[in-house]
Amino acid sequence: MADVRQTRAGAVSPVAHASAHAEHAHHPRQQHHFYSMEQQLEASILGMWIFLVTEIMFFGGLFMAYLVYRHMYPLAWTESSHELNVILGGTNTAVLICSSLTMVLAVRSAQIGSRKGQIVNLILTIMLGSTFLVIKYFEYKAKFEHGLVPGPHFDPHELLPNGSLVPLALPQGSQIFFSLYFIMTGIHALHMVVGIGLMLVMLVFAWQGRFTPDYYNPIEVSGLYWHFVDIVWIFLFPLLYLLGYHFGV
Amino acid sequence: MSSSFPLFPPSASSVSTEMDLLYLFIIAVCAFFTILVVALVVYFTLKYKRQHDTDVGEPIHGSIALELTWTIIPLILSLVMFGWGASLFYRLSRPPADAMDVMVVGKQWMWKIQHPEGVREINELHVPLGRNVRITLGSEDVIHDFAIPAFRVKMDAVPGKFTTLWFNATELGTFHIYCQQYCGTRHSGMMGAVVVMTPQDYEAWLAGGRSTGTAVQNGERLFADLSCITCHKADSTGRGPTLIGVYNSRVTLADGRTVVADENYLRESIMNSQAKVVQGYQPIMPVFQTQISEENLMQLVAYIKSLKPAEKKQP
Amino acid sequence: MTQERHSYLDEPYGLKAWLLTRDHKRIAMLYLVSITFFFMLGGLFAAGIRLELLTPKGDIWTADTYNKLFSMHGVIMVFFFLVPSIPATLGNFLMPIMCGAKDLAFPRINLLSWYLYVIGGIIALVVLAMGGIDTGWTFYTPYSSLSSNTNVTLAIVGVFVAGFSSILTGFNFIVTVHRMRAPGLTWFRLPLFVWAQYATSLVMILGTPVVAITLTLVAVERSLHLGIFDPKLGGDPVLFQHLFWFYSHPAVYIMILPGMGVVSELVAAMARKAIFGYGFVAASSLAIAILGFLVWGHHLFVSSQSVYAGMVFSIITMLVAVPSAVKTFNWAATLYKGSISWESPTFYIVGFMGLFLIGGLTGLFLATMGLDIALHDTYFVVAHFHYIMVGGAIMAFLGGLHFWWPKMTGRMYNEALAKTSAVLVFVGFNFTFFPQFILGYLGMPRRYYSYPDELQVWNVLSSAGASVLGLGYTLTFCYLVYSLFKGELAPANPWGAKGLEWTTSSPPPTFNFDTDPIVTEPAYDYKPHGTEVTVG
Repeated sequence: MADVRQTRAGAVSPVAHASAHAEHAHHPRQQHHFYSMEQQLEASILGMWIFLVTEIMFFGGLFMAYLVYRHMYPLAWTESSHELNVILGGTNTAVLICSSLTMVLAVRSAQIGSRKGQIVNLILTIMLGSTFLVIKYFEYKAKFEHGLVPGPHFDPHELLPNGSLVPLALPQGSQIFFSLYFIMTGIHALHMVVGIGLMLVMLVFAWQGRFTPDYYNPIEVSGLYWHFVDIVWIFLFPLLYLLGYHFGV
Repeated sequence: MSSSFPLFPPSASSVSTEMDLLYLFIIAVCAFFTILVVALVVYFTLKYKRQHDTDVGEPIHGSIALELTWTIIPLILSLVMFGWGASLFYRLSRPPADAMDVMVVGKQWMWKIQHPEGVREINELHVPLGRNVRITLGSEDVIHDFAIPAFRVKMDAVPGKFTTLWFNATELGTFHIYCQQYCGTRHSGMMGAVVVMTPQDYEAWLAGGRSTGTAVQNGERLFADLSCITCHKADSTGRGPTLIGVYNSRVTLADGRTVVADENYLRESIMNSQAKVVQGYQPIMPVFQTQISEENLMQLVAYIKSLKPAEKKQP
Repeated sequence: MTQERHSYLDEPYGLKAWLLTRDHKRIAMLYLVSITFFFMLGGLFAAGIRLELLTPKGDIWTADTYNKLFSMHGVIMVFFFLVPSIPATLGNFLMPIMCGAKDLAFPRINLLSWYLYVIGGIIALVVLAMGGIDTGWTFYTPYSSLSSNTNVTLAIVGVFVAGFSSILTGFNFIVTVHRMRAPGLTWFRLPLFVWAQYATSLVMILGTPVVAITLTLVAVERSLHLGIFDPKLGGDPVLFQHLFWFYSHPAVYIMILPGMGVVSELVAAMARKAIFGYGFVAASSLAIAILGFLVWGHHLFVSSQSVYAGMVFSIITMLVAVPSAVKTFNWAATLYKGSISWESPTFYIVGFMGLFLIGGLTGLFLATMGLDIALHDTYFVVAHFHYIMVGGAIMAFLGGLHFWWPKMTGRMYNEALAKTSAVLVFVGFNFTFFPQFILGYLGMPRRYYSYPDELQVWNVLSSAGASVLGLGYTLTFCYLVYSLFKGELAPANPWGAKGLEWTTSSPPPTFNFDTDPIVTEPAYDYKPHGTEVTVG
């Protein structure tokens, strides 16, 4: 490792600092506790991966609850899943996958030093992310209108097949299904909002020309976060929307 | 308990001696290691006291033999503890078939007890000496825990399901019942007493008590009142399967699984019929989740348990 | 010696420089002040509990107040004291230095973690001001999600925020150990304190998010009347227990592993000898962290969990006890033919070993399923975990605080007072908690303030011990604070110990080292005949 034996006076007076700098030039974005840009990049990427592991554990608790209750209420689960709009859900899945593509292209643009590429792709990513949230809004609105929001106004009459004796067991299981639906997609949506916020910040940085082929940590690390949020949706979509599509109930 | 420094609760059940022995065994193992290590530490600290400011210790780095020894020996000892404990736990989780059934419902902040003969108690449980007693526990609100230290038994009472514990009292006397799971304001003091009497005294006590009908009689009445009769006929012509002989039988479900129809199965089928639909039947049974109290549920289950093929009881 | 001091304490000067610092050492001191405050608050509640328990009847507090006392005691001690204690103070201070680095990998995130802790703490204080919660620190449903009429939701927010703070600390440590070690500092040359913190950090990042989402579900159920854990709406209250203990069991390892790391350092330094079985001690930290995630069901033996699941959890719990035993034997073996100084850190180590041993061994009683039937939710459990958390973790924390006090503050404390309070704490502690084992087997339930008369003698003994324990802690606080103003100035290496932190001044300069270190020797490389040791 180069630059290992630099000497520093313990104090942080500007004069000492500048003279220390004079001995070795370092990238303006290199933070002082790192030896090199490479170390800084590796640290920030490892850091983001660890953060994503904590997110997996966070969502993991919800997936566990889902698993347990699906086992307890199999019929309610499939009936309730039918109430979700597969077209909208599927569209959202496609939207997110495309946004991951544009995200990758944004990072690539930074790698090759294309400021225009970064800006265009970041804007596209933000727009696609926003589209996801707008579609989600319409889905939630439909649930309100159909009385499928858990709580005192929950009214799953739509779940009940016409004519035969009312299988009243469904309300319990379906209320839990919809509770988990709202909580899981809601927390996911919250993460999307944070992601969009992150992208806006990246957009500002890109506009300022902050990223160069030898420094694009923030956008790479934000990209990792974005892909993670996308992957969570890839799990949520089949588990919530696609049940019962191979039963004929 | 005459001792002013009590160490053990009274030993009043068929398992309390074994439980105490297990306890003493683990104490012995732990005391041995504690004394050994503490003695060594104190001894070394005294013997190897630093003499001069610049002294250092000997550069001894390790010994695989020692590491293996003090890994394997504790492991073996702890596995012995595991084995004994698992065996005891297993036996305590399997009530004998001849046990008398007592129903206990915990509610903030009291215990409601009903004997099979119909006598009810609040916070007191009278039992005969030397009989196996099986307690079916339920809760009306939050999680409670029914514990009798003198018998060394304990089990949570969980709302939404039945749990069981059993014991066989071997000493006459009165012993504490505690609620051993925090349940709110008056958790402290949600206590009771179990009174162990000779079998004759117990019969006399039962006879003197006011009975509001046995559990089975009450259950039969509920079976009619709630219209269970409409679908669950004595033969298989009803919209629901017959319940004669169902208790503890193997039932095949719509998805192909087979389960044993124990109390929790019966309870679940009443409260949330969708969970386990019997093969060959439609999932059309109403849900009684908020319509039956824990006690009524226990009485219904008691009735269903009493439906045996030989008796050909007309529902 | 009155030289100009240019340590991290002196410059840059001013409140703003402290509150916006990125220096891990300053952040450690900020944490030290905050956790001390919460420790005292939690201790006050404990005093309230022990006062009530002097008599069999409930005569001092109302039932609701008592329930709030033990709940707030638990929440504050677990989430606002024990979990951050060693990692956020000693860990923050020492990890970069022991790795030969200038700071942690993410200094600003470190500062953020302190602010999150403070915000969480303020929320907890607001909850306290509004009456506190009465669900117990374990928040069991359906009581917490339905019955309790206290500020459960707000308390959950406070715990959530504090938990996020601990996640950030853990993740900072992991990246630091992976990426910031000085040249020559291979994994197996790292001090065992670093190994212990690393293992702790793994648990922090994997476990804490689960309790976060679990408590979120309780809060959501409470505020929106959903049915996740409500049996009347089809939910399963025992699911909460599984999810809660999935974190909270590993959490106890978050609370003890750092202490074990401290003990390793102190034993090596006080005996001037390499830790016996370094590799085994390092590996045992990781083993505890991993196995600790597989045992949560031992809290559910009598909760309607299946017998077979219980057996699996019981046997794995037996397994997780073994690495702790291995450590204890290795520490004892280190003392053999050591050169042991009889200074105050030694008192703390010896105290720790005895108390942790009892605490850990009593876990075996609870892991033994059959016996747990008699002991579950009794005072035996209370005694067991206090032996480990207080007798173990807090003793280790105090030992570490004393050992590194000269390094962190540049001052020496009064040695005689330190030894005195170590003894007071040890004696007081045993009188407080040993009788509780007996009470437990007698059946005295947890969270009871009124009990049958025959149990009074042990309760009185316990409360008496608690006052001695409190005295010991108070004394410690007093002479440590006094030393900040009047203590003798400390040399760079007052103990003559090995370790990177002793090669820099007391206190260190802002960037830790005057010359970036290069490591060429293993940890605890005490050379015989005293040729290499320089004291002072």
